[in-house]
Amino acid sequence: MSPKATVSEGRRSERKLGWWLCAPAAIVMLAVTGWPIVYSVLLSLQRYDLRFPGRKAWIGLENYGTVLTSSFWWTAFGVTLLITVVSVLIELVLGMAIAVVMYRTLLGRGLVRTVVLIPYGIVTVAAAYGWKYAWTPGTGWLAGLLPDGSAPLTQHWPAIFIIILAEVWKTTPFMALLLMAGLALVPEDALKAASMDGASAWQRFRMITLPLMKPAIVSALLFRILDAFRIFDNIYVLTNGASDTSSVSVIAYHNLIGGLNLGIGSTMSVLIFLAVAIIAFAFVKGLGASAPGQGTGGRR
Amino acid sequence: MAGGGGRTARWSVINLVVLLYALIPVAWIASLSFKDPSSITDGSFWPRKWTWSNYTGIFHNDDFVRGLINSIGIGLISTVIAIVIGTMAAYAIARLEFPGKTAMLGMSLLIAMFPQISLVTPLFQIERSLGLFDTWPGLILPYITFALPLTIYTLSTFFQEIPWDLEKAAKMDGATPFQAFRMVIAPLATPGVVTTAILAFIVCWNDFLFAISLTSSSRARTAPATISFFTGSSQFEDPTGSIAAAAIVITVPIVLFVLLFQRRIVSGLTSGAVKG
Amino acid sequence: MAEIVLAGVTKRYPDGTTAVDRFDLTIADGEFIILVGPSGCGKSTTLNMIAGLEDITEGELRIDGAAVNDKAPRDRDIAMVFQSYALYPHMSVRENIAFPLRLAKVDKAAAAAKVEEAARMLDLHELLDRKPAALSGGQRQRVAMGRAIVRDPKAFLMDEPLSNLDAKLRVQMRTTISRLQKRLGTTTVYVTHDQTEAMTLGDRIVLMRRGLVQQVGSPEELYHHPRNLFVAGFIGSPSMNFLPAEVDGDALTTVIGTVPLTERMRRGLAEHGSPRRVILGIRPEALEDASLGGQGGATALGGAAEVTFTGRVDILEDLGAEKYAYINLGEAGAIASEHLAEAFQGNETEDGQVQLVARIAADSPAREGRDVTLAYDPEAVHIFEPDSGANLTEAVAAGVA
Repeated sequence: MSPKATVSEGRRSERKLGWWLCAPAAIVMLAVTGWPIVYSVLLSLQRYDLRFPGRKAWIGLENYGTVLTSSFWWTAFGVTLLITVVSVLIELVLGMAIAVVMYRTLLGRGLVRTVVLIPYGIVTVAAAYGWKYAWTPGTGWLAGLLPDGSAPLTQHWPAIFIIILAEVWKTTPFMALLLMAGLALVPEDALKAASMDGASAWQRFRMITLPLMKPAIVSALLFRILDAFRIFDNIYVLTNGASDTSSVSVIAYHNLIGGLNLGIGSTMSVLIFLAVAIIAFAFVKGLGASAPGQGTGGRR
Repeated sequence: MAGGGGRTARWSVINLVVLLYALIPVAWIASLSFKDPSSITDGSFWPRKWTWSNYTGIFHNDDFVRGLINSIGIGLISTVIAIVIGTMAAYAIARLEFPGKTAMLGMSLLIAMFPQISLVTPLFQIERSLGLFDTWPGLILPYITFALPLTIYTLSTFFQEIPWDLEKAAKMDGATPFQAFRMVIAPLATPGVVTTAILAFIVCWNDFLFAISLTSSSRARTAPATISFFTGSSQFEDPTGSIAAAAIVITVPIVLFVLLFQRRIVSGLTSGAVKG
Repeated sequence: MAEIVLAGVTKRYPDGTTAVDRFDLTIADGEFIILVGPSGCGKSTTLNMIAGLEDITEGELRIDGAAVNDKAPRDRDIAMVFQSYALYPHMSVRENIAFPLRLAKVDKAAAAAKVEEAARMLDLHELLDRKPAALSGGQRQRVAMGRAIVRDPKAFLMDEPLSNLDAKLRVQMRTTISRLQKRLGTTTVYVTHDQTEAMTLGDRIVLMRRGLVQQVGSPEELYHHPRNLFVAGFIGSPSMNFLPAEVDGDALTTVIGTVPLTERMRRGLAEHGSPRRVILGIRPEALEDASLGGQGGATALGGAAEVTFTGRVDILEDLGAEKYAYINLGEAGAIASEHLAEAFQGNETEDGQVQLVARIAADSPAREGRDVTLAYDPEAVHIFEPDSGANLTEAVAAGVA
């Protein structure tokens, strides 16, 4: 074998090793997501209700027509968007504040950083029950603060507020951590230079810190928006979709497990998937978000 | 950084606010779990009458114990598998040059953002026809899938930080490739792998949607799902105390993990998130 | 201890770039060889090929007569010191140094004794139980050295081992390495981009550029007899002055006046087809303030047939032991040669003005803004062919010898 062949041999074996090492992960991810996606598209084109298996038939886009003209779907869609936008906005502001505190605090930095992780570590369902009981009349300490006779979880707007509260409380620390990592990217010298140039604390934050943190903010926002859009656990526990508080995930779940309607359930699944894809695409195009971890492909 | 007394006081107040933010809701659930059934509806923040009975109650509840076992078993198996195959993929991504690397990262990212509900309907039907519905593997498969993107991203960032000159140095010092891996690279990679394993376990432990959709009995139902069924159960006169106690039971191990590995978890969660 | 032979060793990457082109060199047993050149010249690639960390595309590498092209690094019995030191962060200093012995399955007592000995040689005694993170840069460097010497390898390979140290420590470690190598007598190949390290450390220097060996020789040879413009410009600090010149009868016409042709120059020019346009090179240390030799009839250069020219001092740097006088030659002094661009930044200032540097005695009365008359021996002048970069004066010397 000529020495030249050994080189390309080495390169080829490196490729092969790369593929072999990635194969199991790729196969699992494809098998558990790829086929089901195709399958749910197929299901969405059928009339398929497990309660009436005999009436199973291909009906083209009829399910989409049914869902897209249903006021339940659009209410759920509106609620989901509202919860997503409001909670992510609050999380961004609150998360930024907490990030700055964690990053700059003079005392007990370790304690603050540790305790802030508790909401992240808590199981969503467990926390949701905490909020539910806190707002349950008679039982809850927060309900006790309200006028007598009010049952916030049974009214539309108060229930939405509580859902957002539960969501924000649980996920703000995660946002804060991502933003803190972004803060760490801002060179101390740039801030010093800015203050020598006469910038106030607020000006330094707005003109130096924020622009330099933009990549961290954008990728944290993207992740949280897509995460909030699939909100399920909190609503399931807090209201189970009562008083028009269903999110798209909750309504799809009820169509499947409660209604056993595979056709409609799959149609909603496909629509939710499309909505998420559109949001992600718009985000990447509009804000130039780059995927986390991209551009870190350096080696050796 | 020695500030004046005013500065210290200001930071103390700010820190206190942050601490209260994180702790009050947790304290509330804990307090609820220690309340005596007779005082559970008194609306007071702290228990007027303390009791362990909620805890003894749930540990005498077979469904809950079974749910805990399911949670632990399914969580551990999913984590181990996700870590093993995720480590392989992450190593390849961090260290090797091969076509398809970007596609692999792209696919992980897609799955990380994928709405789980979109999988629930088809998986419900597929698992029923394959006999995986309401079994451990029926949950383990989606858990591995959703733990993998996190595993691959976090670990490949960790791997990229290992100074790979060390591998060359070990070879020059007379090590075989396997010795170089075992004696030099593996010890350096372990902390990253442990951190990632904790994060992956949290993902599995925290899941609710798959757990209630892909199970129908206590055979595979995990603890969070089991708790949600307490409500309708007639075993308890009032499930509030039991649910609170169960919530604390499933939360404590994770919170302990998080507190013990705080520093590592922060770096794990944020790795790869800021390098846009 | 071993003789290392590189015979036509070539490294070509799959994309077609050639990193090292037909490298021929025989490194004698116990010799200290320096591979030096600007970044990207192929010196590190060459070292990695000797180490076995990179494949050899063509040619043969022999250690002690045996071809080792296909041998794994661990079968070559060579130790390497990395620029990053590559200390194992999870092992103590003692474990780091003992690591090669552990892999070689040396028994514990013998290994411990060897570690002790290496530690004594490198003054690492108090540090043996520390982790690398707790060491300073210089200490880490010594641990890396310790790990290399402990198993008594056939050869040491060093990849810019000092470039992560601060200037003062670098000078210190230079002498340490030099002393250690002499004491152990181990064949050493040392890669650096720093010509001072190359000049002070090596028995022989291999100067590389774009994958090609430019010249191999002792530091004196490379300094006094550079084979081409690149070598002349790279070796020596400050760099050699280069000026455009025209051959005009029996003299060279330049911006610093007329330089009479010596016998050596005449022969060199004749042998190369008597080109008209050439590049004149003269080292800063070959120029001296002419006023210093004024008294007693002695000349500044101690009697040699000297030539003088006068120029205005633009900047004067006083280093205490000597002075650097920068003389502005205007734009007329500019020369364009690709051979020079890579070797050093050139003596052009930002605005296209050309400067000439003279390294003159500390007691020179030269002042900034005043004229100074500089003297030099025309024998110290090199003449280069602008296109090939060849040193016309040296080619003859080589031919004669």
